[in-house]
Amino acid sequence: MLRIKNLDAGYGKLKVLRRISMHVSAGEIVTIIGANGAGKTTLLGAISGLLRNRTGEILFEKKVIQHLSPEKIVFMGCSLVPEGRQVFSTMSVKENLLLGAYVQHRRDRRHDAHQDLDRMYSLFPRLREREQQLAGTLSGGEQQMLAIARALMAKPKLIMMDEPSMGLAPLIVRDIFAIIRKLREEGNTVLLVEQNAKVALGIADRGYVIETGRIILQGQADDLLSNRDVQRAYLGRDLDAEVKLS
Amino acid sequence: MYWDPENECMNREDLEQLQLERLEATLNRVYLNVPFYHRKFKELDIDPDSIRSLADIRRLPFTTKNDLRDNYPYGLFAVPLREVVRIHASSGTTGMSTVVGYTKNDIKTWSNLVARVLTAGGVTKDDVVQIAFGYSLFTGGFGLHYGAERVGASVIPISSGNTARQIKIMQDFKTTALVCTPSYAMLIADTIHEMGININSLSLKYGLFGAEPWSETMRQEIQDKLKIIATDNYGLSEVMGPGVAGECMERNGLHINEDHFFVELINPETLEPVLPGEVGELVITTLTKEAFPVIRFRTRDLTRLIPDPCPCGRKTLRMQRVMGRTDDMLIIRGVNVFPSQIENVLMSIEGTEPHYQIVVDRKGALDDVTVMVEVSESIFFDEMKKQHELIETIKKRLSSELNISVNVKIVEKKSLERSEGKAKRVIDNRKL
Repeated sequence: MLRIKNLDAGYGKLKVLRRISMHVSAGEIVTIIGANGAGKTTLLGAISGLLRNRTGEILFEKKVIQHLSPEKIVFMGCSLVPEGRQVFSTMSVKENLLLGAYVQHRRDRRHDAHQDLDRMYSLFPRLREREQQLAGTLSGGEQQMLAIARALMAKPKLIMMDEPSMGLAPLIVRDIFAIIRKLREEGNTVLLVEQNAKVALGIADRGYVIETGRIILQGQADDLLSNRDVQRAYLGRDLDAEVKLS
Repeated sequence: MYWDPENECMNREDLEQLQLERLEATLNRVYLNVPFYHRKFKELDIDPDSIRSLADIRRLPFTTKNDLRDNYPYGLFAVPLREVVRIHASSGTTGMSTVVGYTKNDIKTWSNLVARVLTAGGVTKDDVVQIAFGYSLFTGGFGLHYGAERVGASVIPISSGNTARQIKIMQDFKTTALVCTPSYAMLIADTIHEMGININSLSLKYGLFGAEPWSETMRQEIQDKLKIIATDNYGLSEVMGPGVAGECMERNGLHINEDHFFVELINPETLEPVLPGEVGELVITTLTKEAFPVIRFRTRDLTRLIPDPCPCGRKTLRMQRVMGRTDDMLIIRGVNVFPSQIENVLMSIEGTEPHYQIVVDRKGALDDVTVMVEVSESIFFDEMKKQHELIETIKKRLSSELNISVNVKIVEKKSLERSEGKAKRVIDNRKL
């Protein structure tokens, strides 16, 4: 579905990503893990077209997209749930969701977004309860659900999520990840960027480990979980200390 | 039957994307973690970031057996030793041994790749697999053992040697698949016949043979004598061990596990890629190894790649059985001669046994080759005239195959030294 070859990207003269090659197949959850500043968000920015400073090849459903605008890319079926939610705080939950349906409306002017709304409300019952509430008054977890639902309103083929667990309590993180798993069961394809490597690898099929802008490891999620480099660097286990203790 | 249909039957485009991703990640890792590669790339002014296609790999330097020896024992490991769960060493067919390591993930990958080879060779979880490779520093025994366990077969870790016991176990435990070197399989087959055991009383169905070059005629003979389907498999400890490539039931070339190994064929003298279909030295880059990745390792094994699709449905490239090693290649009076060529001729002639030795001497300024071959008793004790006829036939066929003339000596059955591991076929007495 998504295939990237030798992507370089950065800001001005600063090169952040170097020679990134990766792919996501239909129906997969693929995660990109790495420390803060490794280039994970930059990568999503480059795929979604928000970051123009990029070279290499990005194919979405076999079509070259690296020269396209973010709107076109969303229109083709590749949606981003941005880092830090970024919901429209002064608009209601329902209005936020309807904004997400804009793409569907462009595809078909007679499209009835209310059916999609119902689908979102059954996926996220909390949002139905808060339908008329201003998005800014929601809790962090609810805002994250809203951001995901808003992206889903565009009926994307690939949904990209940037740090959905950021700043959320562990219990809420569990809920969010349960939803991501459910999305996959319903046939969605997910590209998940996470610092919380353990949870991300726990639900993903495959993963890429990114370090200072380069992919240094890739493989099946459970293999990455048992890789000691990954454990030390991203799972917060200090293996050396464990050795000393014994 | 496939072990991993998704990866064994992947289309070329997806495979090449996967290979590129894995190659780039491997290069990033070795540049970061292995001083040898870091230094070498720097010396040659190669920025690993500039390797952006599979074809770009040609700009990287080769790694040779000598590089491995120079870094004996742990110099080329890409992870600290505490992450290594297994250490093997090359069998030292040629020269000093080299040391390789495996992480937990490497062992898992290795087991799965060997499971692919075993499955392609007919083995399922219903089989009783007798592993007559040495369980030692040599990768053959443990490599196939883990793969066979992964498949779910019942594994008999008998190790190599003690042929009479091998046969007894084979009878008592109802072994269905034999795993060893082809020359040892031949010895077992001969011993079974000598002991007067009816082959039909055994349960053998499959034989998976590797670790040394053998010929098509030798395969036929093993298959006929043991009444099995015999497949060839290939690997080398420097790259991983068994599991690099293996034949399917078509028995027409070994499927290379290309999603884990990137292969090239080069001319061993010019180091340039050979033309499609030509014989060349196999060069392998590991794509997923964690503890001991190698970049463009020169295997010294000579083969030919088969690009045509295989009827079995696997889409991976096949390699022809290894014809010999660049260092087994004898240069006799300026002509390249491989022991396997001689073997092929010998095996195609009625009355010869599959045991032979090639002795090379220098008489004055000229190389002198004597091929010693065992013949069946009936011929050995037959009249001189028949013996002469046989010698003349062998001589004629050999000289037409090799383009040089050789001496032929026929010897009594079982007079040449037998091997329980890798056979020693060539004795080179030239002091070059």
